[in-house]
Amino acid sequence: MTPVALSRRALLGAALGLPLLSACAGFDTSGAAGAGSVGFLSTQFTPVEERRRYEQALREHLRVDVAYNPVEAGVFVTTIRSQVESGRVGTGLVGGLHGHLAPVADQLDDVDDLLADLTAAGYSDDVLSLARLGGATAKYVPWMQATYVVAVHRRALDHLPPGVDVQHLDYDGYLRWAQAAAAAEGRPVFGIPAGPNGLHHRFHQGYLLPSFTGGQITTFTTPDAENAWEYLRELWAVTAPASTNYDFMQEPLARGEVLVAWDHVARLVGAVDQHPDEWLMVPAPRGPKGLGYMLIVAGVGLPRGGAERELAEQAIRGLSDPALQVETLRQNAFFPVVRTELPTDLPAGIALESAAVRAQQEAEDAILALPPVGLDSRDAEVSQVFANCFTRICLNREPVRAVLGSEARTLSAILDELRVPCWAPDPVADVCEVG
Amino acid sequence: MSATITREAPPHTGGPPVRPRAVPSVVWLVGPSVVFMAALFGWPVVQGVLQAFTGADGGLTGEHVARMVADPYFWPAVRNTLLLIVVLIPVQFAFAVTMALLLRARPRFAGAYFYLWVIPLAVSDLAAGLVWLAVFTDRGYLNSALATIGLEPVAWLAFDDPVSLFVCVLVAELWRATSLVLVIVVAGLQGIPKDYEEAAAVFGAGPWERLRRVVLPLLRPSLQVALILRTILAFQTFAVAQALTGQNFPLLVGETYRWYTGLQNPNVAAALALVVLVISMLTSLVYLRALRESR
Amino acid sequence: MTVQPHRPALPDRSVRPDPAPLRARRRARIALQAACLAITAFMAVPLYLIALAALSSRESLNRFPLSFLPTDLSVQTLGTFLTSTGVLASFGNSMIVGLGTLLLSSLVGVPAAYALARSTFRGKEPYQLFLLFTRALPIVVLSVPLARLFLTAGVYDTTYAVILLHSAIALPTTILIVASVFVAVPVDVEEAARVFGCTPLQAFRTVVAPMALPGIAAASIFTFVMSWNEVLGASILTLNHRTLPAQVLTSLADSPLAYRFAGGFALVLPALIFIAVMRRYLTNMWGSTIR
Repeated sequence: MTPVALSRRALLGAALGLPLLSACAGFDTSGAAGAGSVGFLSTQFTPVEERRRYEQALREHLRVDVAYNPVEAGVFVTTIRSQVESGRVGTGLVGGLHGHLAPVADQLDDVDDLLADLTAAGYSDDVLSLARLGGATAKYVPWMQATYVVAVHRRALDHLPPGVDVQHLDYDGYLRWAQAAAAAEGRPVFGIPAGPNGLHHRFHQGYLLPSFTGGQITTFTTPDAENAWEYLRELWAVTAPASTNYDFMQEPLARGEVLVAWDHVARLVGAVDQHPDEWLMVPAPRGPKGLGYMLIVAGVGLPRGGAERELAEQAIRGLSDPALQVETLRQNAFFPVVRTELPTDLPAGIALESAAVRAQQEAEDAILALPPVGLDSRDAEVSQVFANCFTRICLNREPVRAVLGSEARTLSAILDELRVPCWAPDPVADVCEVG
Repeated sequence: MSATITREAPPHTGGPPVRPRAVPSVVWLVGPSVVFMAALFGWPVVQGVLQAFTGADGGLTGEHVARMVADPYFWPAVRNTLLLIVVLIPVQFAFAVTMALLLRARPRFAGAYFYLWVIPLAVSDLAAGLVWLAVFTDRGYLNSALATIGLEPVAWLAFDDPVSLFVCVLVAELWRATSLVLVIVVAGLQGIPKDYEEAAAVFGAGPWERLRRVVLPLLRPSLQVALILRTILAFQTFAVAQALTGQNFPLLVGETYRWYTGLQNPNVAAALALVVLVISMLTSLVYLRALRESR
Repeated sequence: MTVQPHRPALPDRSVRPDPAPLRARRRARIALQAACLAITAFMAVPLYLIALAALSSRESLNRFPLSFLPTDLSVQTLGTFLTSTGVLASFGNSMIVGLGTLLLSSLVGVPAAYALARSTFRGKEPYQLFLLFTRALPIVVLSVPLARLFLTAGVYDTTYAVILLHSAIALPTTILIVASVFVAVPVDVEEAARVFGCTPLQAFRTVVAPMALPGIAAASIFTFVMSWNEVLGASILTLNHRTLPAQVLTSLADSPLAYRFAGGFALVLPALIFIAVMRRYLTNMWGSTIR
């Protein structure tokens, strides 16, 4: 390097910068207290307030010192992969939704021993089968669960067509209600979270299609599925067009842009919390085949070669403690995975939600749908197929049959490569094939 | 011009004193940057390129490219990216040169104006997207202004109105990225003595002629840099469009990001990255050629 | 074009005091101010609005039409945002990374820019293309292999890793801008210095460097600001030692709108101050055009 490089500016910078640089390799931003604390990488509770409340709950209920570090799902996966592949794992504990943990299944240690210790907690079989991520051994310990319901502003009840029961909706009634409400309000007031970070694909996968076809993958191109998408196109015509910008329905609901909306419980509670007396929470509608609903499970796993293993295992045991599980529901609207009685003094919004969730799960014609199982890193691509169907059919107004045909080819290409069994509500065949 | 530098002895080379002129000094000036870039980006780039064509079994495959092209967002993304750049860059340069010339005319409060006009330079595209979302969203400030003066609110960001979407993204990008061009042009104008213009004025050249025949030609090196830089950066931005329109106005780099982090498919993402790379390289090549020839 | 640079004062003014040119000049001044004000409105109003949104209470953001006056101020969202875990530390990291990047990219970039401006060497165009080539690849595709590289080298999750990445990202910008700055410094003055007996190094230091300094300063503003705002790479290369945007990115994406406005404003604020400081420095250097 020639000294020519040293302009006065650079010298100035050197004088200022070098002491700073040599001082440290950066300040810690994870809130960890150094050795003896477990790095907990997670995809959940990224929003400022949720994170703060959860950190508080962890401090109060967990005897282990945990540095809770929520990141974006993409960063979560790449971080775990590159850490495990290079053999330098700074993280002790990783937590995410089932779909976030699936791509890193190979980087996680088995947790069957831990689960055996925790049988008394009473995890449901559905949840435990998910935790195997399509393999033979359990890769994560269930952490919490959630589902989706419909939030209704009481003003929308004025437009309810005769004969439609808001607590027992069917898709036909839901559509007539949306039409009547749009006519009366002068604009569409129903919404779905079809924004780039919205979860509308879960509506197609877990609600609409199971209710109309009884399946998800094996019935993908059947006439029933065509009916379902034709129905969605009609519903979209009376849905707020700004829905394609909505990620979290609680915001347009709170602003009054939308009066009725389907979304994840944790993404609705913010609207309801402020004025619970103005709101109803009801189960999703039912279709010809029953009431399809989806269960979302989050879990915690141990990265291979992770730091502070013993403390991390201790932390997992602490996370399954009913008191912490209930506190999580109270603060952040995620439901317990362990067997426990819900207290009666829940916040009003949460109480509304838990009633709707129970009614939905316990409906006689309920059809349980799971997010894709065993797809590893292809999980998001499968969900994207459903989102693409929505974009092409409802937004671009392409013919339903042609769209389903071409998306079915993409879907089969992914599934043929993986050769995994189907998941609920499709019958568990040896190899899942698009029907 | 080159004489200046080749006469320069390589200082502090530490090489054998017997052959002090063995290495041309250019190597010592340029070399570190080449080594630095190659060390940091060489391997990742090679890996990225390979990834676009490597199949699950490790062999060569075109399946990722086919997958990319079959995606319903691909062609709209290509169209939007090109359209945005073709419309945005000329508008932006006209805007920036106007701003710089206004400042050169020394209005009162020129310092304050300059400060306010370069602020967006410091605003990340993430924040810029939020700023304009606050303006354009259905219940945002623009519609509030309309409602206050008694007009009907307009759904600016509705998915079925591509023109309105495009204009919103264009305005936001114009706001965000013009200051970069402005600073380069202002810096370039510093190098043009006012005497030249005044001399031209004495010989009877009007303001328009002075601009066209004196200022702009002298400004060419700065404009060239700004043009190449701005175009390449324009290919890289997507956060503003994403914040404003979600998936309704897909751009190529946004799609790369979506495939990489959202869909967890690095192969298709790498294929998309190559498309971005090829388009921006072709563009810069055209610029370099065109600007050199007309010099 | 509204530009009306003032006329050369020398010949006509003293000869005949005609009121017409004076009036024309006043009109031109007014037009100039009007144009400046219009542009300022376009540039500044959105900033005012984000500040307003960041400082409004959450309820007031749900009303329609929104108020354009600060009637319902609240620092609650901004306060929550600023006191959340790691924000202060990440602010420090951002400063370290920004200054480190500025330093490293100047050290490597200024000589290369000088060579690019002053000499015609073989491979000049491929070299320029090579620089652009690196800048034209989306950062997200580069960052993951780079993260693996840094993990093996033991610098992953340090500010050094981010400084290296940001320097590499900023280098093409630095080299291209600084080269155009050197082009603008006349070769004659440099040669004159050489004629008067300066060594090339002395000529550079005493003649070229002072003239190029304002431009180099402008380039370093870009570098710093680029580093300050870069998110994707920084969030992949660090985990527990994040920069400010990387630290808040995740919470921004999923937070309620009120927090996103507060976060956006919090990201803008320090950069505003930095530009204000740098502007004074720059305008001192640039002298004439901007006071």
